[in-house]
Amino acid sequence: MNQQQTLWQFMQQQSDKLLTQTLEHIGLTFISLLLAIAVGVPLGIFISRRRSFAGSILGVAGVLQTIPSIALLGFMIPMLGIGAKPAIAALLIYALLPVIRNTYTGITGVDPSIKEAAQAMGMSKSDILRKVELPLAMPVILAGIRTAAVINVGVATLASFIAAGGLGEFIFGGISLNNSNMILAGAIPAALLAILFDVSLARVQKLNVKKLAAASKALVVIFILLAGFYLAPAAYGSKLLAGFTPEFMGRQDGDLGLKEKYGLKIRTLVISDAVMYKAAYQKRLDVISGYSTDGRLKAFNLVTLQDDRAIFPPYYAAPLVSDNALKKFPLLEQTLNLLSGHINDSVMTELNYRTDYLHETPEKVARDFLVKEGLFRPSRQGNDGTVRIGSKIFGEQYILAEMYRMLIEGNTNYAVSTKTGLGGTKICFDALTNNQIDFYPEYTGTGLLVMLQPDQQTLNSLGSNRDKTYNYVKSEFYEKYRLHWLKPIGFNNSYALMMRQQQAAALHIKTISDLKRFLDNK
Amino acid sequence: MISVQNISKHYGPVKAVDGVSFEVAEGETVALLGTSGCGKTTTLKMINRLIEPTAGELFIDGKNVKDQPAELLRRSIGYVLQNTGLFPHYTIEENIGVVPSLLKWDKQKTRQRTLELLEKLHLPQDVLKQYPSQLSGGQQQRVGLARALVADAPVLLMDEPFGALDNITRTKIQEEFKQLDELKRKTIIMVTHDVQEAFTLADRICLMHKGKIVQIGTPQQLLFHPAIDFVKQFLEGQRLQLELASVKVTDLWDNFSDQPGEDAESETADITIWEAFRLFTNGRTSVTFSRANERKKIDFSALMLAFQQYQEQQTA
Ligand SMILES: Nc1ncnc2c1ncn2[C@@H]1O[C@H](COP(=O)(O)OP(=O)(O)OP(=O)(O)O)[C@@H](O)[C@H]1O
Ligand SMILES: [Mg+2]
Repeated sequence: MNQQQTLWQFMQQQSDKLLTQTLEHIGLTFISLLLAIAVGVPLGIFISRRRSFAGSILGVAGVLQTIPSIALLGFMIPMLGIGAKPAIAALLIYALLPVIRNTYTGITGVDPSIKEAAQAMGMSKSDILRKVELPLAMPVILAGIRTAAVINVGVATLASFIAAGGLGEFIFGGISLNNSNMILAGAIPAALLAILFDVSLARVQKLNVKKLAAASKALVVIFILLAGFYLAPAAYGSKLLAGFTPEFMGRQDGDLGLKEKYGLKIRTLVISDAVMYKAAYQKRLDVISGYSTDGRLKAFNLVTLQDDRAIFPPYYAAPLVSDNALKKFPLLEQTLNLLSGHINDSVMTELNYRTDYLHETPEKVARDFLVKEGLFRPSRQGNDGTVRIGSKIFGEQYILAEMYRMLIEGNTNYAVSTKTGLGGTKICFDALTNNQIDFYPEYTGTGLLVMLQPDQQTLNSLGSNRDKTYNYVKSEFYEKYRLHWLKPIGFNNSYALMMRQQQAAALHIKTISDLKRFLDNK
Repeated sequence: MISVQNISKHYGPVKAVDGVSFEVAEGETVALLGTSGCGKTTTLKMINRLIEPTAGELFIDGKNVKDQPAELLRRSIGYVLQNTGLFPHYTIEENIGVVPSLLKWDKQKTRQRTLELLEKLHLPQDVLKQYPSQLSGGQQQRVGLARALVADAPVLLMDEPFGALDNITRTKIQEEFKQLDELKRKTIIMVTHDVQEAFTLADRICLMHKGKIVQIGTPQQLLFHPAIDFVKQFLEGQRLQLELASVKVTDLWDNFSDQPGEDAESETADITIWEAFRLFTNGRTSVTFSRANERKKIDFSALMLAFQQYQEQQTA
């Protein structure tokens, strides 16, 4: 990974993906917009005829629009699964209100004496609608469509959470990879699209009434063409369907490595990890990119495939402590090291399962575990300075933070304050180097790939060797940042490919190479 | 031609129109006159079924208006609105062409008829490609009239057609309106609250009050034989002007002393006294009027004297 890479270089290098994502984005926006028009305009006309329905229909559309987008996408999954369908449905719902409301306002706003004249001349109701009301309401209706288009460009970025593609893949991939070029490569085109649609629809809106009629018809055709972008076939077909997170898609130790080192060719959807495991369980996906200690592995009966060519570097967890803290709290190091060797992969998976899936509190899970291992001591209520613990924003980190708190309180006279939920890697790391916290649990692979970002040669030399990686990270971190990696806790929370246990067994797939062989076998 | 039989329109407790009956003969112009809110517009709109009556029947040419679909009925009745109701998104040509296109006329015929009307209504041809907002109020009103006339419907309904115009333009258009031969053949019902306009344009006036007809008759009948005091009061403010505008020189014929006119040129006696006044300008002291074969030479004071006598005879 090259830090010096410019945005432009990134975009050029990823131009294929960028193009696909942009087209998908436009397609999603316009399919849903077309549907919103097809549903919203008639509804708007209906309530302009039966005003008594206006309040309730506008009310419902208004409430739908206030549902947070992520939640709405979440609601859609049980009904419509993952992929385009739920994304389009959600976008349709957001686009509906402005379209209905403006159609209604536009039509009811037509001068009554003009409608009366039309009636008095013997025009039929449908004539009046087509020749008088709709043309005169068109600027207002277009304003609604314009609003809807802009909203949809924004919301469509979230479609990547449920494997519907779009520029969100770059944006959210970039956020989790701490790669600003990637974020911008998604965000800038999305912003440009919004501006482009806004400006061009504003132009159309300002045309005089005569040209507007022709323009509106042209718009429908253009919208249909743009909507068609989504259907442009992107991926190749394959026997199995994979769902990878945006982050995984952009990583060398992710999709890129799978392609390079294994030559894996699998039809892939991009999806958020919030819904990925469940989608695999429900057989909507066959192969997913997960974390090897994720509790859902157990909950959804999935198995990890062995990384026989070692593309996933080890992600051994260990406390990452500042130099200050070790000096200030002499007992800290030995206390934190108490946990070392007690938690292996399957233990961590089990613990995660209890918090993530059985919804036990991290505190209870941590305490039960320490008691069982004979590590628990009641708090000494000491006041010999306060150790500040940080954690990232997911269950495993919460559990570890709780364990450390109990160990420190039980074995030393230090007090503890926890700052849990510090977002992602970047935030925790910055908090640590800026002396906002004293330590947090970090993973060797993250330290290596996200912070140190060494050249390819170094990476190759480390491979997937646990000790080499640990030692490299440990010495580099001390040299560069004056931070200490304490003893590894024992488990390896690395990336892994996962399949349903049953399917993997049936297809005799144990390793990633097995998977490739199966896919290539026509 | 039009027969209105005991029609009513009630909006809950409000009796907008309450048992109104009248007849309009072919080619006649009747004005519905009355104060604001007395039910004129409601009455008019029931004729082309823009409003369906609560009770009562309406016949045009002996046919109940309910016997055909409202849309078809309306295509055979011209309608002029107070604020024109022109389609802002149609050019003038398209506005005038609305009814012909509903009637599926061919383009040539519509075009020809449109040009003919433009000429009659003193509108320049360049307006055809313009939009209503580009025209003056007076021009818009003329276009509104053209739109109502284009299909040559035998019946014309007008709701305060000149109400939105300034005085000078209104008088001018009213004048043209009277001259328009196109209108002379038509059966016209017009709504107005302008007494002057009703007296100038209508053959008969139907005076309404609170949803009912108070009196229906010729201008003279209303002026000189008011059915009840309300009619008299209604006209009182402008009585002299109305009388001058409605009494004709022929009406005074017998009150003129016999002074056979010898001038070679004579004026028709079939004009109102108001119009006759204008003949006495430019230092003319006497005018010879002719009625049938008779001629009478009259000076201004003789005219006024005869008018005074006529007023007394009528009210006696
Ligand atoms: N849709 C309606 N609902 C209730 N009342 C109505 C309705 N339309 C008219 N009215 C009432 O009926 C009465 C007659 O109305 P109409 O419009 O016929 O009066 P008008 O003589 O034309 O008055 P103007 O000279 O002000 O136009 C008025 O009192 C009016 O308030
Ligand atoms: Mg009225």
